[in-house]
Amino acid sequence: MRLNCACVVNIKDLFSGLSQSVARRSTTLPPVTIIQQTARERERLLLLGKAGMGGCWTMLCVQMPEMLLMPADIISAVEFNHSGELLATGDRGGRIVIFQQEQESKSLPQCRAEYNVYSTFQSHEPEFDYLKSLEIEEKINKIRWLPQKNAAHFLLSTNDKTIKLWKISERDKRPEGYNLKEEDGRFRHPSSLTTLRVPVFQPMDLMVEASPRRVYANAHTYHINSISVNSDNETYLSADDLRINLWHLDFTDRSFNIVDIKPVNMEELTEVITASEFHPLQCNTFVYGSSKGSVRLCDMRASALCDQHSKLFEEPEDPSTRSFFSEIISSISDVKFSHSGRYMMTRDYLTLKIWDLHMESRPVETYQVHGYLRSKLCSLYENDCIFDKFECCWRSDDSEVMTGSYNNFFRMFNRDAQQDVTLEASWENGSPGCPLKPWRVCTGSRRKRNEIGVDCLDFSRKILYTSWHPQDNVVALATVNNLYIFQEKPN
Amino acid sequence: MFSKGTKRKFSDGDEEISDESLVGARVASSYSLQRQSLLDMSLIKLQLCHMLVEPNLCRSVLIANTVRQIQEEMTHDGSWHMVTEAFCGPGQSPSERLVATEVLCRSREQDAEPKLFSVISYEGCREEEVVADETLCSVSVSDTVSNVCLAGRIGQCWEKSELSGVERDEEALEDSRLGSGEDEEIDTEDGASTESPKTTGQVFGTFEIKNSSPAPDSALEELFSDVDTSYYDLDTMLTGMQSAPKMGPYDILDSLAPSHSSPSIVSTPKCRSDLNELDHIMEIIVGS
Repeated sequence: MRLNCACVVNIKDLFSGLSQSVARRSTTLPPVTIIQQTARERERLLLLGKAGMGGCWTMLCVQMPEMLLMPADIISAVEFNHSGELLATGDRGGRIVIFQQEQESKSLPQCRAEYNVYSTFQSHEPEFDYLKSLEIEEKINKIRWLPQKNAAHFLLSTNDKTIKLWKISERDKRPEGYNLKEEDGRFRHPSSLTTLRVPVFQPMDLMVEASPRRVYANAHTYHINSISVNSDNETYLSADDLRINLWHLDFTDRSFNIVDIKPVNMEELTEVITASEFHPLQCNTFVYGSSKGSVRLCDMRASALCDQHSKLFEEPEDPSTRSFFSEIISSISDVKFSHSGRYMMTRDYLTLKIWDLHMESRPVETYQVHGYLRSKLCSLYENDCIFDKFECCWRSDDSEVMTGSYNNFFRMFNRDAQQDVTLEASWENGSPGCPLKPWRVCTGSRRKRNEIGVDCLDFSRKILYTSWHPQDNVVALATVNNLYIFQEKPN
Repeated sequence: MFSKGTKRKFSDGDEEISDESLVGARVASSYSLQRQSLLDMSLIKLQLCHMLVEPNLCRSVLIANTVRQIQEEMTHDGSWHMVTEAFCGPGQSPSERLVATEVLCRSREQDAEPKLFSVISYEGCREEEVVADETLCSVSVSDTVSNVCLAGRIGQCWEKSELSGVERDEEALEDSRLGSGEDEEIDTEDGASTESPKTTGQVFGTFEIKNSSPAPDSALEELFSDVDTSYYDLDTMLTGMQSAPKMGPYDILDSLAPSHSSPSIVSTPKCRSDLNELDHIMEIIVGS
């Protein structure tokens, strides 16, 4: 399979010249040509996909950072909305940047599609917890979109302690012709009025506004690691290290605690919650993963407090690979339901596992993401890389899954064809329209093209955050401060 | 990674056994070296949390579990027993309590200059001091040797622990009591298993601030009697006076009296610098 880099956007450049809360739709990114899939091409792709990983991914555009990388620019969340038209990214500085996919012409079989900046705003500010004398980071941990109900878009964004509901709306008209106000805002003296007129809406340049509609605060003692919107579109859950709370979107002053694994004695704490998600179709079902490598499925109909799980998904440990790091590498870093709701995917440090919800004893599929790191666990423990939390995502038809790795590599696994590919998110090795070549990590000394030794991997360049377009074959992934968007096109 | 395999060597029958045992011993010792370095690394990781932002609970839990796992294995091996004997003289408490608890206790402190405590930092400390130390992180003890090594931390121990320290101390104290009764085996193994919950308790105790409750327990008061609470009194700080270390908490009122003339403690130079440090910290807390 060939994959080309679709689009690389540097967050820092976007903020130069853009106002914080209101941004005009920007055309700072150069327009890019991309081949849009038609229905016929997609069908062909599916057929190819059954035989193997056909199609190639194309690069849209590249922007290189000109300034030094600031810690605040590091991307910490990536999420497509439900239609795929919008892509939201959050960074360590608490900002959210939303990109919009533009289609210049839908009627032509080969259309251009670009992702341009749609809106940028400051979602979270740094706070100070006076009781504990500790700072609360403004880093955006997760972004989740709400399904669209009207013209406006809603998303939930969270940092360690507070969740916010943001409304992103467009304004392309403004009222003009007020009686008491001049066009520039000055008030007219009532005595100067001789006639009355009715104000009318006049078109204006498009403005995208982001406004906070709800702030859900003070419900979490520990750091929030997940939020998940329920399929009922009314509630959502937020999970921290030891508790999971259920919120109603309309109420900010109350939440229900549905899972609490905090021991009476904190000294007995050995397990924390690492990820949680609602079932995509059943509004009563959710799962949460733990640091010990187990995933629990809970049914909210069973009881108010779901400490007793309904299902426990845990694979028995392989005694031959046991080491001091076994528990750390088994810690679940992400859990995602498939679109069908039948399967669930878990990511731990070295593997990706697909579980059938009907079978708790072991996963139905296990994919090695970077098994060559197994012999390097001690050094990875030393430099803390072993604690990196990688995300994973499903393709729209659940036939492929993707996750990130080190050296700006990411891995795609085709479940039907049982094939996988390693690709690199890098502007250096590709040019627009040129397909990316797969990589191989080897342990031997011989190096062919597109081969790299395990010892040459750059562990500071990692892809933790990924998102797959809900309909098209477009993926977005974040390296340290660059956002890459890839689109697949058929061979 | 740390599989304990013995290398098979093709050699003559005569030498085979000795070679194998030699090689086996070498492999085993390198394994235990690796294990020890992993333990040290883990303890350092737990200690060095930058305290401006709350440390990651998941990471701390995983590291603490790794430490516990290593300690359990070392206990089974019997090498833990050797380690503790190396550190302590007869009649002294297991040093794993000293090692992990002291280090982990410091993991919650805002270190101006973070101190890396090696495993061997507690020669000459007696058990009472150890208990007090791990619970309070600040002890003025009669042992002058300990005074020197502990005094360095006095200033650094209090600034953050105050809120959670009291409640946590009660817990830790109770656990240390329970712990000694729990295990039936030898002392070191006692220490190994009871120390772990204590250390993790002190690690995780920071993650939740509990309201400090009054301590009616006489044993606690006895503990607190060692505490030099005059540090909290600005007056005494400003006048550079230090009260006796054995002064009870209620004696502070006496020390406030203007007639109080004789500081009865020997203030080591270290205490003075820590006093300045504490001064600075108190300024921040009290509200500059």
